[in-house]
Amino acid sequence: MAEFLYLYRGGQRGWTPEESQQIMQRWMNWFKELGASGNLKDGGQPLEPEGKIVRDKSGPVTDGPYAEAKDLVGGYTLIEAPSLDRAAELAKGCPILERQGLVEVRPIMKLDM
Amino acid sequence: MEPSDHLFRHEAGRMVAALTRVFGLHNLELAEDVVQDAFCRALEVWKLRGIPENPSAWLTTTAKRRAIDVLRRERTARTFAPEYGRLLQTEWTLANAVQEVFDWTDVRDDRLRMMFSCCCVDQPEAAQVMLVLSLVGGFGVREIAAAFVSSLTAVEKRLNRAKHTLKDSGPLFDIADADDFAARLPSVQRALYLIFSEGYHGASAQAAVRADLCYEAIRLTRLLANHRLAATPSTHALLALMYLDAARLPSRLDASGNLTSLFDQDRSRWNGRMIEEGREWLERSATGQQMSRYHVEAAIADVHSRAPNVDETDWCAIVALYDTLMTIDPSPIVALNRAIAIAQRDGPAKGLAAIEAIGEPKRLDAYPFYHAARGELELRRGDPVAARAHFEAAMSLARNSEERRFYSRRVRQSCVTLSGVGG
Repeated sequence: MAEFLYLYRGGQRGWTPEESQQIMQRWMNWFKELGASGNLKDGGQPLEPEGKIVRDKSGPVTDGPYAEAKDLVGGYTLIEAPSLDRAAELAKGCPILERQGLVEVRPIMKLDM
Repeated sequence: MEPSDHLFRHEAGRMVAALTRVFGLHNLELAEDVVQDAFCRALEVWKLRGIPENPSAWLTTTAKRRAIDVLRRERTARTFAPEYGRLLQTEWTLANAVQEVFDWTDVRDDRLRMMFSCCCVDQPEAAQVMLVLSLVGGFGVREIAAAFVSSLTAVEKRLNRAKHTLKDSGPLFDIADADDFAARLPSVQRALYLIFSEGYHGASAQAAVRADLCYEAIRLTRLLANHRLAATPSTHALLALMYLDAARLPSRLDASGNLTSLFDQDRSRWNGRMIEEGREWLERSATGQQMSRYHVEAAIADVHSRAPNVDETDWCAIVALYDTLMTIDPSPIVALNRAIAIAQRDGPAKGLAAIEAIGEPKRLDAYPFYHAARGELELRRGDPVAARAHFEAAMSLARNSEERRFYSRRVRQSCVTLSGVGG
């Protein structure tokens, strides 16, 4: 088993309460599946959309990230899967895909020396 | 109907109503923005972390914090609700004031205040209905558009116009004033009745959309029934009528998803618990001097609910009730329903005669059920040619594919009967 990070990028906002509830339900179902199959290591955390960018020691700290809303990382989840392909396959169930967002699947580097 | 199924929507109505009390009706959008923001945060956090144990409290806390930020930031630029004006000037009283508006005991009154504010005579009835759905029911523009089979932009435009009128209408309605309250109550009841009717008879092809409207109307009418001044016999009768009619919702579509008329419904699928509830409210409504149209309509629904089938229905009672309804609130549609009941009691020829006798039949021309009823009675009387023409007229007026399918089946039935008669 290896570990992977799902980075959630983009996805629309501005749902009606009823739609929010449905989206919520889909995420819960997806997490439930991931949990049942033993692939969910940690549900992770959402990230605030704003932040700061620090580029060098002496220069100014700027507001950021500057990425467009569609590229912005909104949160992450820690996944366990036998392979990158499998982790990517599992990400296809993510409800963000129905809302013009995407999941970036990144293997966490193994430290078995 | 699980309340948690619509947690977000119900919380939205509750929070907008509470925030408007401290922000003032003229800052309605600000209250809506704060609520929208709280929901966005909830969605972001909950989808990864799961729904917290007490989601209402979570949402309330988030909205409260955001409201305090907004009040702090905007207190020099805007005026808020005058009765809170002084409290909002110092930090300590500001947080307390916000805390206070979310106190659970006041919330029911907040929603009533909002509901009564929405149902002002300055607003056309359709606008009142949209406002109640949007602000108290937590329905989004997309959901309202789906319910009324209207375009998104059309609903958005009407709703914005209605909100402007509402914002300019002064402070929130004062529900403590018993005279004003009694004067406004019929409009509120009427708006809730229209929401229910849209769900029950409405044009949307999606059964789920329509059931949602019915249940929402029931939920909001229950708010009235639980308030000292609003719990009048007519409110109880309205609630009775909603429960008794909504009990039939599960049987309106048959196993293959076809629309089924009251005459052909599988009555074992009627919701017995809702019928019971409806009867309890009907019993409670039977006090006072005044008989409202809701009393009569509930009584009609009750007669149907007691009959094991169409033939064993007490049509004499139903005709008598429609006679009463014609004296309280006459309309061509009531007259049409009365004629259908007469046909059941005295045969199709008498029913057709009663339809002929309806004043202003032009007002029924665009109403598919009018043509369908005439078709049914002609068919029963043995005139399939006339029946077919009426069903075709109904079909051309059908508002969705289910209705169209329903009438086209009746057209075919007329043709079958016709060839049977012709040999």
